Amino acid sequence: MAGSTILPTLGIIDQLPLLTIAVPLVAGPLCVLFGNKHIAWVLAFVASLISFLFSAHMLLQVLDGDVLSYHLGGWAPPLGIEYRVDAANAFVLFLISGISTVILPYARKSVEHEIKKVSHTLFYCCYLLCFTGLLGVVVTGDAFNVFVFLEISSLSTYVLIAMGAERDRRALTSAYDYLILGTIGATFFVIGIGFLYIATGTLNMADLAVRLAGMEGNRTVQAGFAFIVVGMGLKAAIYPLHLWLPSAYTYASSVVTVFLAATATKAAIYVLLRFMFSVFQPEFVFETHILTFIIMPLAILAMFAASLIAAFQTDLKRLLAYSSVAQVGYMILGIGLATKISLSATIIHLFNHGITKAVLFMVVGAFVMQKGSSFAKNLNGLGKQMPWTCAAFVIGGLSLIGVPGTAGFISKWLLIDAALEEDLWWLALLIVMSSLLAVVYVWKIVEVLYMKQPEEGSVIGEVSISMLIPMWILTIACIYFGLNTELTLTSANVAADGLLGGGAQ
Amino acid sequence: MTSEFILGHLNYWLFIVLMMIGFYIVVARGNYIKKIVGLNVFQVSVFMFYISIGKVEGGTAPIFPLDMNIDPDVVYSNPLPHVLILTAIVVGIATTSLGLALIVRIREEFGTIEEDEILEIESKLQAKENSAEGPSMGGRA
Repeated sequence: MAGSTILPTLGIIDQLPLLTIAVPLVAGPLCVLFGNKHIAWVLAFVASLISFLFSAHMLLQVLDGDVLSYHLGGWAPPLGIEYRVDAANAFVLFLISGISTVILPYARKSVEHEIKKVSHTLFYCCYLLCFTGLLGVVVTGDAFNVFVFLEISSLSTYVLIAMGAERDRRALTSAYDYLILGTIGATFFVIGIGFLYIATGTLNMADLAVRLAGMEGNRTVQAGFAFIVVGMGLKAAIYPLHLWLPSAYTYASSVVTVFLAATATKAAIYVLLRFMFSVFQPEFVFETHILTFIIMPLAILAMFAASLIAAFQTDLKRLLAYSSVAQVGYMILGIGLATKISLSATIIHLFNHGITKAVLFMVVGAFVMQKGSSFAKNLNGLGKQMPWTCAAFVIGGLSLIGVPGTAGFISKWLLIDAALEEDLWWLALLIVMSSLLAVVYVWKIVEVLYMKQPEEGSVIGEVSISMLIPMWILTIACIYFGLNTELTLTSANVAADGLLGGGAQ
Repeated sequence: MTSEFILGHLNYWLFIVLMMIGFYIVVARGNYIKKIVGLNVFQVSVFMFYISIGKVEGGTAPIFPLDMNIDPDVVYSNPLPHVLILTAIVVGIATTSLGLALIVRIREEFGTIEEDEILEIESKLQAKENSAEGPSMGGRA
């Protein structure tokens, strides 16, 4: 196969696709073996950092359009499992491992505050397994392997959410709801893979793409496509399939919410992109119809309905959770348009929204730590008492709205550009209008933080520096990626090119 | 629709019927344990689907003789779907045990595992929150 090179001697550099996920996978059980929460944290941080460095290295390698192919156990694809890294998944790997590395220092204090002592070690173990699963979903080039990693990440996610029961017992029921819905979604995905296997006899994604060409009239292939889209749609929280998300994000402990909001739905969106554009050809008539008549209307519905619901929330965490559903709408809109620019917009929004939401949820975590509550009513006048945290919220909020100079602007700009390129001016208008709804809910919180008077006699200080630094690293990233778009735009463009053109080779 | 079409796709019919039964139990039953049972039936239907597609007509177990003298006339069944589904079975067990563990915790915290009773408790909590923090939209949904 073109683009994949097998070197006779494999050095450590060639093992990177595997090592990126193997390091956290091994570190997870090690946490439990050592059984000490300090060692567990160090292990989690080191494993995450190593994965991040490896991902960054791979991203630099594939930015010129190269593809890294790693054959598991030396078995050549399509028979063996292949890990295949191109610009699209290297970029998502970079996001996931980067976010994880930044939030772990923040996690230390927050976990101590929100989760009972005996579970700390297990928390970091589950966190690492979830991290491994998400990286694995993204790195693999084998359709069934996606399912296996998806379940690794999902099962540990259910546990992580349920650990929020310390603060609110509803965490348990929302974890249970997510377990039911998530399992149905993953099972749908397996059924879809099974249909593709019946039709083609292969599970390797690149091989699937080759064999699926010319099979668009095949009913089995069409059914497989539908099952995969619905199954992954559940994980990505596409609008009517989002029901698990708000409660899960609200009742999970702060760190878990930060991590999930910034990475979990993004990995699912990546899988959707991969299946829709490089496994199935976007020229398939049934796929074009689904994209135009189902995906796009749902995306627009998500942008408005979820933003509107967000505007009426009193709990900051739930507000941001609904906002996440709305932002997934923008990413899905880019998928629905199915042009090169719109796919770039989806990929870049995936990244920009990841860092933006991480900042916002970190701020909420800081409020929970200092105030013991994330309800707007309890946050009156915190702008004076926690100036750094609140300033981070303002910048994150601006990025969420898409104000020029922040990361969120770049992705919305590209999305509008994609709509105008297709002469869909009404769509561009809708994107701007839905952004105005984001202004409403962000302003609502800013008003509470800065315009209201704090309660009498409340002495609330700033959170500790170990939480502020991660928060501000991502806040500065929000501004940096809004001003310097070289890395993000190049990656997104190369990734979109690879998804649209390179999948079959 | 000929009888050949129906009988020839027997494994698929069974798969669909079993899948729908499982799905119905998950949706219609309010008891959390019964929901997990339904989820299991749902997953097992997929296992059955995978296992049946690996069967080749007249095929024997896909094991080569020890001396590796392979007779080209012998037809073997396809082992790959079986191997895949072994993984999925393990995942299913993990999901079931995690679900049951969650139910134990839910029972400890709420004192019940009936969905309608839990929803009632949760809406009371929600009402309490609303009166303290101001009204908000949407509850559990």
